Amino acid sequence: MSKQIKQLGDDVWKTKVEKVNSELFTLTYGSIVAQLCRDFNNNYEEVNAQTYKMGYNIGVRLIDEFLQKTQLSRCSSFRDTAEIVSKVGFKMFLNIVPNITNWTSDMTTFSLILTENPLADFVELPDDGKAVKELWYSNILCGVLRGALEMVQLDCEVGFISDVLRGDETTELRVRLVQVLKDEIPAGEE
Amino acid sequence: MSKIASGYDPAVGPRTTGTTTVIRPRSSIYDRNLHRARHDISVSSLSFLFMEMVSMNLNQAKSLIELERKLNNLGYSIGTKVLELASLRENFNNNLTSSGKSNVSKREIKVLDILHFITSVIWPSLFEKPADNLEKSSESNCQYMIIDNAPVLMKYISVPKEYEGLNCEAFVAGIVEGILDSTFFKCEVSAHTVPVEGHLGRTVYLINFDEELIARETQ
Repeated sequence: MSKQIKQLGDDVWKTKVEKVNSELFTLTYGSIVAQLCRDFNNNYEEVNAQTYKMGYNIGVRLIDEFLQKTQLSRCSSFRDTAEIVSKVGFKMFLNIVPNITNWTSDMTTFSLILTENPLADFVELPDDGKAVKELWYSNILCGVLRGALEMVQLDCEVGFISDVLRGDETTELRVRLVQVLKDEIPAGEE
Repeated sequence: MSKIASGYDPAVGPRTTGTTTVIRPRSSIYDRNLHRARHDISVSSLSFLFMEMVSMNLNQAKSLIELERKLNNLGYSIGTKVLELASLRENFNNNLTSSGKSNVSKREIKVLDILHFITSVIWPSLFEKPADNLEKSSESNCQYMIIDNAPVLMKYISVPKEYEGLNCEAFVAGIVEGILDSTFFKCEVSAHTVPVEGHLGRTVYLINFDEELIARETQ
């Protein structure tokens, strides 16, 4: 199964995705975060919240493109979800494949280890001593995952627990399944 | 009390001062090679990010002019960095290929030369294609125009009627302005949508140079 998923991700990336050099992407995100840091007066909690929100807005729309290009149907387990997020989702949008690891025994929580991160290339956190403790530079990714998974009825908590930008060994993103949402009829369409 | 000797004592050899804190060696980004392996991503990701950036600033701005100014500012900070990066890379490449000719690491000081640098070096490094045209205004000596028939960032953006006149490429205009300003070509750059048949998103980046600068040029 895992192999098929990887194949699918590679195929979608090769044949269905229009590509562009990541440099402008990196620079653009950098200037957004820099602006937020200025706007919020280096209140990094606020910056984290704002990038998360931006990500969420992206996630709820990005899922459409994802489903259209992959033609995937419902995952049979959360384990499959993890595989698909990493090998298809990350692959087709950012051309990276994070490693999945650190499953909890109840199989509701896993980690994605980002060995590469196009958002954070050539990035240095502000050296005010505070940013390395409080700022999650790539928090937008958490928002994207949260938004996209919610659209497929998976209510998840997503957050970073370490980041190489802070001097940590790895960049690790934790995803916890809170509940599987029930299909609901959209308001006003009863 | 024993006398504490200062300096290096050859009889004792090297020793620690006792209060040394261990500093974890951290490789900084400055140690890394600027010539990184090319990494491609999906155009959608870039567009999604750009759209979020526009909408975030739209919510904060009181008018469209303010929005364009904000986008321009965001681009500006990128422009200054891109210039440095592109120049370093460009000179490096030239030095590799030009077998030691001395004219390679030059700095552009003529208006036309720097504009040419922007359209043929900066543009491809950011957008994977050169700009489509570079024109001089027939009305004013100070005005030049860079033209892109299909700006990458505009690909998935359609401007609604109530925002008529808004061009999100103000961001790219900001990049151009940042580059020109840091090379001491004082100017203002604005982006305008000027559609032609077949190229609905065609954008003209109007560069208004300072008059003094044009005077300098003709000296």
